[in-house]
Amino acid sequence: MEGTELAGKILSTWLTLVLGLILLPSAFGVSLGISEIYMKILVKTLEGSHRITLFNQPQWATIRIEKGVPKESVKNSASVGIIQRDESPMEKGLSGLRGRDFELSDVFYFSKKGLEAIVEDEVTQRFSSEELVSWNLLTRTNINFQYISLRLTMVWVLGVIVRYCVLLPLRVTLAFIGISLLVMGTTLVGQLPDSSLKSWLSELVHLTCCRICVRSLSGTIHYHNKQYRPQKGGICVANHTSPIDVFILTTDGCYAMVGQVQGGLMGIIQRAIVKACPHVWFERSEMKDRHLVTKRLKEHIADRKKLPILIFPEGTCINNTSVMMFKKGSFEIGGTIHPVAIKYNPQFGDAFWNSSKYNMVSYLLRVMTSWAIVCDVWYLPPMTREEGEDAAQFANRVKSAIAVQGGLTELPWDGGLKRGKVKDAFREEQQKNYSKMIVGNGSLNSESN
Amino acid sequence: MGSRSSHAALIPDADSLRRETGFSQASLLRLYHRFRALDTNKKGYLSRMDLQQIGALAVNPLGDRIIDSFFPDGSLQVDFPDFVRVLAHFRPADDEDAGLRDPREPEPLNSRMNKLRFAFQLYDLDRDGKISRHEMLQVLRLMVGVQVTEEQLESIAERTVQEADEDGDGAVSFLEFAKSLEKMDIEQKMSIRILK
Repeated sequence: MEGTELAGKILSTWLTLVLGLILLPSAFGVSLGISEIYMKILVKTLEGSHRITLFNQPQWATIRIEKGVPKESVKNSASVGIIQRDESPMEKGLSGLRGRDFELSDVFYFSKKGLEAIVEDEVTQRFSSEELVSWNLLTRTNINFQYISLRLTMVWVLGVIVRYCVLLPLRVTLAFIGISLLVMGTTLVGQLPDSSLKSWLSELVHLTCCRICVRSLSGTIHYHNKQYRPQKGGICVANHTSPIDVFILTTDGCYAMVGQVQGGLMGIIQRAIVKACPHVWFERSEMKDRHLVTKRLKEHIADRKKLPILIFPEGTCINNTSVMMFKKGSFEIGGTIHPVAIKYNPQFGDAFWNSSKYNMVSYLLRVMTSWAIVCDVWYLPPMTREEGEDAAQFANRVKSAIAVQGGLTELPWDGGLKRGKVKDAFREEQQKNYSKMIVGNGSLNSESN
Repeated sequence: MGSRSSHAALIPDADSLRRETGFSQASLLRLYHRFRALDTNKKGYLSRMDLQQIGALAVNPLGDRIIDSFFPDGSLQVDFPDFVRVLAHFRPADDEDAGLRDPREPEPLNSRMNKLRFAFQLYDLDRDGKISRHEMLQVLRLMVGVQVTEEQLESIAERTVQEADEDGDGAVSFLEFAKSLEKMDIEQKMSIRILK
């Protein structure tokens, strides 16, 4: 039938194009420059739309920083508060004059702090996507911006057509090919006996497939300081924003991943890639046993031939405006820590996975219908635990280094706050401070009575 | 392409809320967005759990009591108007308030008396209008945790009740509470200013 013949021809042309223009260059780590051209066009379009916005809404010109993709203002908007804060310590807030015994009015301090937290707290906002300074022509980010002009609407419509009808099918095809190649390739390589040929082949397969997957997201990644790239026998530590982080890092070098065995598609991928190179997967029951986990990881890094381990110490996805508490478990293993900072540019697409709002499939669809994923990866110089430093302090030191490099704010809170309640230990600290004030100054009123 | 910034229409009964609480339009809108952000499952109201998720509130020794003040009389949900009414207690006093208020209108929510009432109900769990020694002890225990012994705490509670109690009934009524704090600058201690 002519219809099916035609469809078959289109499909085969399509696949040939994809093969020639994308797959083969990926295998050789070469870029044909198509994505660069796409990005240039995209940046020009967004700048143009920003100018149209400013032109039609002149009052914005004074408030917003002008032109292009303002990185600084994106940072600032994340930290502007809506209430006037009095950050004085507890002693001052509780009216420091007194010899300090309990007074009826002490309750004011805590209630004010409590209500301030209800009106605004620095943690909750980290679990929703970052707000943009200027609209990037995606409906999903259009929360603050009103109807501007007909020209902008037309550009937007064009954008929708391009994204959903041209980019989305291409990306889905690529992703599909990438994952299948990964599974098949690693299974094949896994058949070989252990040898340097096997490691070389497994690296090739991993690298190629990750590059294909990153292209399927139109990813543009800038690597900085490649001389500090994690070496074998080390532990690579990075801030976590989404599952894509793994692909982004693997495009530049292979890592041994650490994680829980999962079911479904993820499970298939996990089982396949562990055949080719030794990733560390734990059963759910094993994860609870911290000593077992530490022991296995120690064994892994002791073997100098094995790839560096990749760990995300935050434990959960944060929205890339801040870095939350690093769990100290990863820092108790010993060895050299290679910190890596990953910062996405939200103007082109939001990479943050809000797991309470979107499941994996809708998340991937959202990512594939954004313009692109643009990010910077900074490799930081290796760090080791110093004398007299415990794991928690070391974790904080590494966290600061990553936050400073990536331009992210640092928060002492646990990312697990997304799902559960905060630990009582923090509350006890406040109670301790308060008790010291009303009782700890030595004199109790019972004596003077 | 809708906008959210200037839509007071999003907020139900915006005008009467504004009059009742004294918040400006902009502040009300900010609080509305905050309400929506806290309402994680988009239920349209807040439950205790939603407020307990706030880290800074959960570590506050009086956190549970503060959450209680949003759920009077055993209710389990707080909708936006009630949310804002509680927060209105902490609105800074307007400068013109002092003499020009119409005495027939109900007292504004952020008056000195109402701020004191808010603080009073943090102590008075059973809502009987008096803070008994036992209730005083409970609040003290919340604020100090396990750091202070029972005897020390009891003596502190005893002393505090004695100092404030004028009619000798062994408990502190609201008027006695207000009197003992008459010199205190409540305004500064119990106000939260929302920036423009």
